[in-house]
Amino acid sequence: MAKSAPRQVLQKSLTGIKGFDEISLGGLPRNRTTLVMGGPGTGKSVFALQSLVGAASKHKQPGIFVAFEENIDAIFANAAAFDWRLPTLARNRLFFMNAQLSPAFVATGDFDLGGMLAMLEAKQLEIGAQWVVFDGIDVLLSLLRTPRAKMREIYRLRDWLTRRELTAIITTKIAEGTSTDVADYGFMQFMVDCVVRFDRRMEQGIPVRRLEISKYRGSSFAPGEFPLSFGPHGMAVASPGATDIAQEATGERVSTGFAGLDEMLGGGLFRGSSTLITGAPGTSKTTLAGLFTERACRRGERALFVSFDEGGERVRRNLKSVGIQLEPHMKSGLLQMYSGRTDSVNPEEHLIRIATLIAEHKPRCMVIDPLSAISRTGALSSARAIGNRLIYKLRDHHITAVITALVDGDDASAETTELQISTIADNWIQLSYLVCGGERNRALTIVKSRGTRHSNQVRELVLSDTGLTLADVYSSGGEVLMGTLRWEKEAEERARAVIRETESGVKRRELQFAEADTSARIAALQLDLERQRAALELNTRNDAARHVTSGEQLTELRRLRGANGNDSVAPKARRRSSARVTRSSGNGHGPERTRRG
Amino acid sequence: MVMGRSERVVAKKPMKKSAGKDAVTVVVMRLYVAGRAPNSVKAIANLEAICRQHLKDGYKLEIVDVCEHPRRALDDGVLVTPSLAKFSPSPGANIIGNLSDTSSVLAAMGLSTTKQ
Repeated sequence: MAKSAPRQVLQKSLTGIKGFDEISLGGLPRNRTTLVMGGPGTGKSVFALQSLVGAASKHKQPGIFVAFEENIDAIFANAAAFDWRLPTLARNRLFFMNAQLSPAFVATGDFDLGGMLAMLEAKQLEIGAQWVVFDGIDVLLSLLRTPRAKMREIYRLRDWLTRRELTAIITTKIAEGTSTDVADYGFMQFMVDCVVRFDRRMEQGIPVRRLEISKYRGSSFAPGEFPLSFGPHGMAVASPGATDIAQEATGERVSTGFAGLDEMLGGGLFRGSSTLITGAPGTSKTTLAGLFTERACRRGERALFVSFDEGGERVRRNLKSVGIQLEPHMKSGLLQMYSGRTDSVNPEEHLIRIATLIAEHKPRCMVIDPLSAISRTGALSSARAIGNRLIYKLRDHHITAVITALVDGDDASAETTELQISTIADNWIQLSYLVCGGERNRALTIVKSRGTRHSNQVRELVLSDTGLTLADVYSSGGEVLMGTLRWEKEAEERARAVIRETESGVKRRELQFAEADTSARIAALQLDLERQRAALELNTRNDAARHVTSGEQLTELRRLRGANGNDSVAPKARRRSSARVTRSSGNGHGPERTRRG
Repeated sequence: MVMGRSERVVAKKPMKKSAGKDAVTVVVMRLYVAGRAPNSVKAIANLEAICRQHLKDGYKLEIVDVCEHPRRALDDGVLVTPSLAKFSPSPGANIIGNLSDTSSVLAAMGLSTTKQ
């Protein structure tokens, strides 16, 4: 086509599908064709329809949906699960074409898409469509008997889409391992500008849907498979990049509502992090969760308390007995509680209900107490997968969450074999009973806390009418002391302090004495030094005096030896030189001058 | 052969004979074509041949060019071209393709016994 100039720069159209626009770095190629392939039930149609809905509702771009596979009524019924308001859009910007060929149709001889495309063209002009979806093109192509005819119609479609400048999504089923399909769709993949593959696999008994961009002409994209989830807004792609950025953005700490624990965590929990509290029955897991909830509400944040063990009322009453007041926050509407009886509903159902609650209540803090309850129904592996998905969901919504899990026995490593959410949770607090000295005491350990320098020590959790406190740690020979042993240790410690004080008094006095002694010695030595300096000075002066004397003697001797006519001069000179000697006696030049003279 | 115009009665023969129970077999049909597309041209030719040979009693055929009347084709639920809809006698039938296989066309229309 003569359109090469404006086509130089690849433009993209946002799909509005959470996560997909990130991994595709901006959406689908504008005015070009994207092929969406995958097995049945992988989410192809939802992807296509959601893109159309997103373009229509957010960007006011009209579109056409051609349904080869599903009835329009069925499509509307399915879409009713999402908040797309499809019937409204269908009145204004979207056109749906029912294109199922009923089984009553008899094919005799060759046919083509010419008529259909003429019809769609008319419709496009009528509504100003910029998008088109051909959902289930494989159904249509299967009616074309020869590969030649199939290829011809694919070309016809391609040419039409190019001419009409539509952003198109063609979905097609692929049955893995069918050679003819591979040939057909291999050709189609070559033809289109972008290929998105959908996949649905069973993982731990739970169907996991994924998508992968396998081709994007003229653009880079995030490689690899990304898990999909379906929420009230439709499909969402778990794009790790996007959530990481959200995680990183906050260094804000959220109080756990428990000062001792905040301190151990280096200031509290990170906003948007998830914290797992594991413990045997009665280790105060719910109390900790309650404290966290109460504090969140006091800060004025919306909170959601999901309880799987007991009804909301019971939970509130129990927490009240340890001084945690949730009732006022229920009344103010900040707190919402959801109690799910785990034996009646399957885990998947719970996940959907929680997702709906999150969407409605929009909590900033959330408690699930205990998550382990969901493993009671169905397979453990499926509960595990649900637990993981739940945590990812909370993370996506940037909800600071406290999740409790029951572990049997006191073995801290038990959790790792149960729900296995400890690996994905940001923080993991282990509550346990420690039996020592014939007592069972509650102990709190921070097993991990991402991005925080946390206390590594085991602390004793003391439950009283006034609430929870974390007792100071006494360790003795590598053991943390608790209960009575701790009390004994405390008493012992006090006694030791008195002794220590006395001991240090003695020591201080000893040192003072030693100091005084040293000062005295220094003073004596100083005196000594001064005395020695004086002696040295005296000695120097004596020396000088001695030199002068010897100079005079020399002159006297010379005079005595050769006294010829020098007599008149000699006394004069002697007088002068003697005067000089006295003057220069201090600088030591005396003897020399005396000799010359 | 008539093309170009979209909707029109190609032939309408009043029934001549009234002997026998197949006396009132006026077949009412509508053929959707896409302009001069090869398959559409073939379909018209094939259908006219069938009419001449097998529908001597009378038939009413309307040809709709989808390219000229896309709105109507949409409303009628046409998908591919060429496609033939038979309305009467009951039951109705939908046949897609260029109608090259006469016997299967007749069978689909429930008219295989017309020609003995």
